[in-house]
Amino acid sequence: MTANEKKQLQIAACKVRMGVVEGTHAAKAGHPGGSLSAADMFAYLYFKELNIDPADPKNPDRDRFVLSKGHTAPGLYAALANRGFFPVEDLKTLRQIGSYLQGHPNMNTVPGVDMSTGSLGQGISAACGMALAARHMGKTCRVYTLLGDGEIEEGEVWEALMFAHHYKLDNLCVIIDNNGLQIDGPVTEVMNSYPIPDKLVAFGFEVAEIDGHDFDQMEAVFAKAKETKGVPFAIVMHTTKGKGVSYMENQVGWHGKAPNDAEYEQAMGELNAQLAGLEAE
Amino acid sequence: MADVKKIATRESYGNALKELGAAHEDVIVFDADLSNATKTNTFQKAYPDRHFNCGIAEGNMMAVAAGAASMGLVPFASSFAMFAAGRAFEQVRNSIGYPHLNVKIGATHGGISVGEDGASHQCCEDFALMRSIPGMVVMSPADDVETRAMVKAAYEYKGPVYMRFSRFGMDAVHDPDNYTFEIGKGEVLREGTDVAIIANGLLVPEAVKAGQMLAEEGISAMVIDMATVKPLDEELVLRAAKTCGKIVTAEEHSIIGGLGEAVCATVAESGIPCKVKRIGVNDEFGHSGPAAALLKQFGLSAEHIAKVVLPA
Repeated sequence: MTANEKKQLQIAACKVRMGVVEGTHAAKAGHPGGSLSAADMFAYLYFKELNIDPADPKNPDRDRFVLSKGHTAPGLYAALANRGFFPVEDLKTLRQIGSYLQGHPNMNTVPGVDMSTGSLGQGISAACGMALAARHMGKTCRVYTLLGDGEIEEGEVWEALMFAHHYKLDNLCVIIDNNGLQIDGPVTEVMNSYPIPDKLVAFGFEVAEIDGHDFDQMEAVFAKAKETKGVPFAIVMHTTKGKGVSYMENQVGWHGKAPNDAEYEQAMGELNAQLAGLEAE
Repeated sequence: MADVKKIATRESYGNALKELGAAHEDVIVFDADLSNATKTNTFQKAYPDRHFNCGIAEGNMMAVAAGAASMGLVPFASSFAMFAAGRAFEQVRNSIGYPHLNVKIGATHGGISVGEDGASHQCCEDFALMRSIPGMVVMSPADDVETRAMVKAAYEYKGPVYMRFSRFGMDAVHDPDNYTFEIGKGEVLREGTDVAIIANGLLVPEAVKAGQMLAEEGISAMVIDMATVKPLDEELVLRAAKTCGKIVTAEEHSIIGGLGEAVCATVAESGIPCKVKRIGVNDEFGHSGPAAALLKQFGLSAEHIAKVVLPA
């Protein structure tokens, strides 16, 4: 990755974060914490990794992305908008009556959304079905799905992981956002889902751990995922919940709460300063 | 009427899937470790590369089917009604129903005629659960001829469909040489003016028999096979209400939330004066026993239908 490519990704990620703040502030609701922890991954997927075309969002041979942790729709929407699937201005209609930007992703209303999700545990199953179908149909496209570290407490996730291994879905890439926090508190206190990598290995996955805010590591791990044959691939990415907005970082309370006007001003001030710094380099 | 074999509709389902598989490459089948019982193994033997066992994980199976449907395939996902509609309700609701994906759910072992397995497996709530999902088509055929036609119609229809089949074989009522099926259309098997018996599934042959018994008593009964519970053929229900002023519904399902309640709602909102009596499983669980004996014990029989119609 060139220095300029990395800077462009950093700029994209910063804009995703601004979209998250804009959307949740306007909606007076939504889930900023997990949207921000995954913002760098959203940026990498939509600006580098996925084979997609905003002008042809239903192309049958496109790569698929399923946001299994559907409550972080603000992050996905911000990535899609900045990638050109729909106007960035529309992010402010998040969760409003009449908006196509539903609280959780709706594949029938939002251009670029490949699966309706929101009920935790179901997205990864749908991604398995897509990967199986893609291979059955002779397609070379790949399927990516992003889960939360709290989400994996759902039993269905493990049914899906078993399925992916059983059917050797090597066109599937499972990403787990390990930000360590869920609604009621730290994952280790609410319902300990650790050790995540060991469990994935036991379920037959090729597993890699990365820093979820490091684009170089993302580039390397996705290259490895594509080279891995015969078994599905999983990435456990270590992240900071609320990343990029100082007062939200590592704060459990920012899982599902919108910034008020003052908090909005502060967050946008921080992100605008970050963006200006990147663009001035 | 041509000679028709008395076979369980789950058997017909397996055969119909095999026929569909021959005609359409995009048909794939998912099962949850019950292929021998749901009869999807008939399809599996013919097209092993298009049959995917999901193991004992019905929730995952339904969302997997949703993902496959989103890619353009036409998945049929099968398990027992208890697990397809019950265990996996929320996956069916959120991953299939909400995005309106083209998944066909083939649920076998509906109702108390599951028999010896007992209450844990006797699903009498599936119509209620599936009817409540917006956009879901809910159907239950009476016999082999109707099952085969229904499965084909489900394939042709674009959107989610729930079909309930039986473990237990009953007398056939349809002539294979002279039969057409349309989703959402009831079928008048016998015209009548005194009472209308509206039934589906295993209760259809019983309703036909009841119609004959009532005729011997001088009562003219209209008999309707209402294979589609949703969308309900309201036009036919209201014709029956107007013509007869008295309706008896008969289904192998709880009287709560099934065909009977759908008919009641339609009649009540129409303003047509018409009494409706629901025959089904009352608000109780089933129990173990041979299917035929259970059907009789629970009043799911021609004799009971006739008794309900006849003045005390």
